[in-house]
Amino acid sequence: MIRVVLPPHLRIMARVDGEVALEVEGAATLRSVLDALEAAYPVLRGTIRDQATQRRRPFLRFFACQQDLSHQPPDDRQPEAVAEGVEPLVIVAAIAGG
Amino acid sequence: MAPLFAGWQIYHIKGSPADPNRIYASQTSGWFGQVIQRSDDGGQTWEPVGNRFEYDGVPGTHQWYNGTQHPWEFARVWHLEPSLADPDTIYAGVEDAALFRSTDGGQTWHELSGLRRDSSGHLWQPGAGGLCLHTILLEPQRPGRIFVAISAAGAFRSDDGGETWRPINRGLHSEYIPDPEAEVGHCVHRIALHPSRPQVLFMQKHWDVMRSDDAGESWYEVSGNLPSDFGFPIAVHAHEPETVYVVPIKSDQEHFPPEGKLRVYRSRTGGHEWEPLTKGLPQRDCYVNVLREAMAVDALDPCGIYSGTTGGQVYVSADSGETWQPIVRDLPAVLSVEVQTLP
Repeated sequence: MIRVVLPPHLRIMARVDGEVALEVEGAATLRSVLDALEAAYPVLRGTIRDQATQRRRPFLRFFACQQDLSHQPPDDRQPEAVAEGVEPLVIVAAIAGG
Repeated sequence: MAPLFAGWQIYHIKGSPADPNRIYASQTSGWFGQVIQRSDDGGQTWEPVGNRFEYDGVPGTHQWYNGTQHPWEFARVWHLEPSLADPDTIYAGVEDAALFRSTDGGQTWHELSGLRRDSSGHLWQPGAGGLCLHTILLEPQRPGRIFVAISAAGAFRSDDGGETWRPINRGLHSEYIPDPEAEVGHCVHRIALHPSRPQVLFMQKHWDVMRSDDAGESWYEVSGNLPSDFGFPIAVHAHEPETVYVVPIKSDQEHFPPEGKLRVYRSRTGGHEWEPLTKGLPQRDCYVNVLREAMAVDALDPCGIYSGTTGGQVYVSADSGETWQPIVRDLPAVLSVEVQTLP
C-alpha cells in the first residue's frame, strides 16, 4: 500500500482523517499514485493537478523521504520507502498569500 | 452557525428558480482550483459535482495587459445562473471569460464557444480583477435570449440559447480605452433587468450608469445626480421596474464610498434622478467597497434589499431601502449576496 498525506482542505473534501492508503497498479510513480488517489476519491480531481494538462497546481508540492519531488517527471519511480509504504508521499499546500 | 467550505472563496451561490431546494455554489481557491458544490435539500447538505471546465477546441488568445496576445486559461467560476425552468440546467460565467452550460445538474460542463468566436474574443482584455464573465441574465419572456457581461469586454446577447452572440455596446463611452466607442473593450461591471420588462436593461459600467430600452441595441447614460458614477453592483426593485439601486464608489483608484459615507442610491425614475439612502448605514469613516455580486433583492412586499461589503458586513433593508441594519458584521470580505424568497 502507498501512503499519502493530504493537506487539511483536501482531507475535508475527501472526508478522510489522517493518511490515505492506496493500492497502486504497477510501478509507484507520481502519476500512478495520483491516478489511484483520484480513482479512490473522485472529488479530488482537479484539486491537485489540472484535469486537462495533468500539471501540478502551482501552490502544491510533493515531498517524501526528506526530498522535494515536485519537479520530478511524473513517470519516475517514487523512492523505495514510498513504494513499500514505509514513508508517506506528502502533498503540501504552499504557505502563500500572507 | 459554522461556515460551510471554511477557508475557501465562494465567488457565487444561487438557487434554482424552478426548485428552491437545488442550490449551486462556486467554491474556489488559489491552491486547489475550482470546485462546484450542489445542494438538493436547500443547503442542508452539499456534494461536489463536476469541475472540469475545458474550452471548446483550440482556446486561442486574448489581449493581455500590455497589448500582447495571451492564451486563454481557466481560472475560476465567477457566476452561476440556474435555468428558470430546469433545475439541472445551469450556466457558468468563468475567468478567462467564457460561458459554460451544464444540463446534468453540474456534473459535466460544455462551453458555449460562439460567444468568444462571434464576439471578437481576441480583442477582449482583463480588467483589474481578471478577464471575467460575471453577469448572466436569462430572459424570462423570451426563452433563448441570454445577456452576459464581461470585464473588460462589454455586454453581449444571444437570441438562440447561447449558440450565437453579438456585442451590444452601442452608446457606451469609455475614455480610458484607445477607441472610447469601440464595439468591444468596455469594462461593464454589472447589468440588471426586471423580469416583467426585460427589454429594459440597467448597467453599472466602470464609470457611468447606463440604460437600454431596446434589449441592449443602444445605451444612454442615466448617472444624473449621483455623487460618483463609478461602482460595481446594480439592482432593480422586485415590484417596481423603474426603481433601481446602485452603490457609488469614489473612483477606480479609491474603492470606497465618497466622503467615507456608505450610501445606497435609489432612482424611482429609471435613472437620472437619484436619492441617497443612509438610515442605518455608516455615515463616517467608512472605507469599504460593495462588489458587483454583493447586492440582491428579495420578492417580498415591501421589497428587501441586501448589500454586503468588503469589510464583512451585510446590511439589509426590509423597506425598499428606507432603513438599513447589519445582520452580520464580522465576516471576511463579502464576495456575493443572494436571496431566496421561499413560498
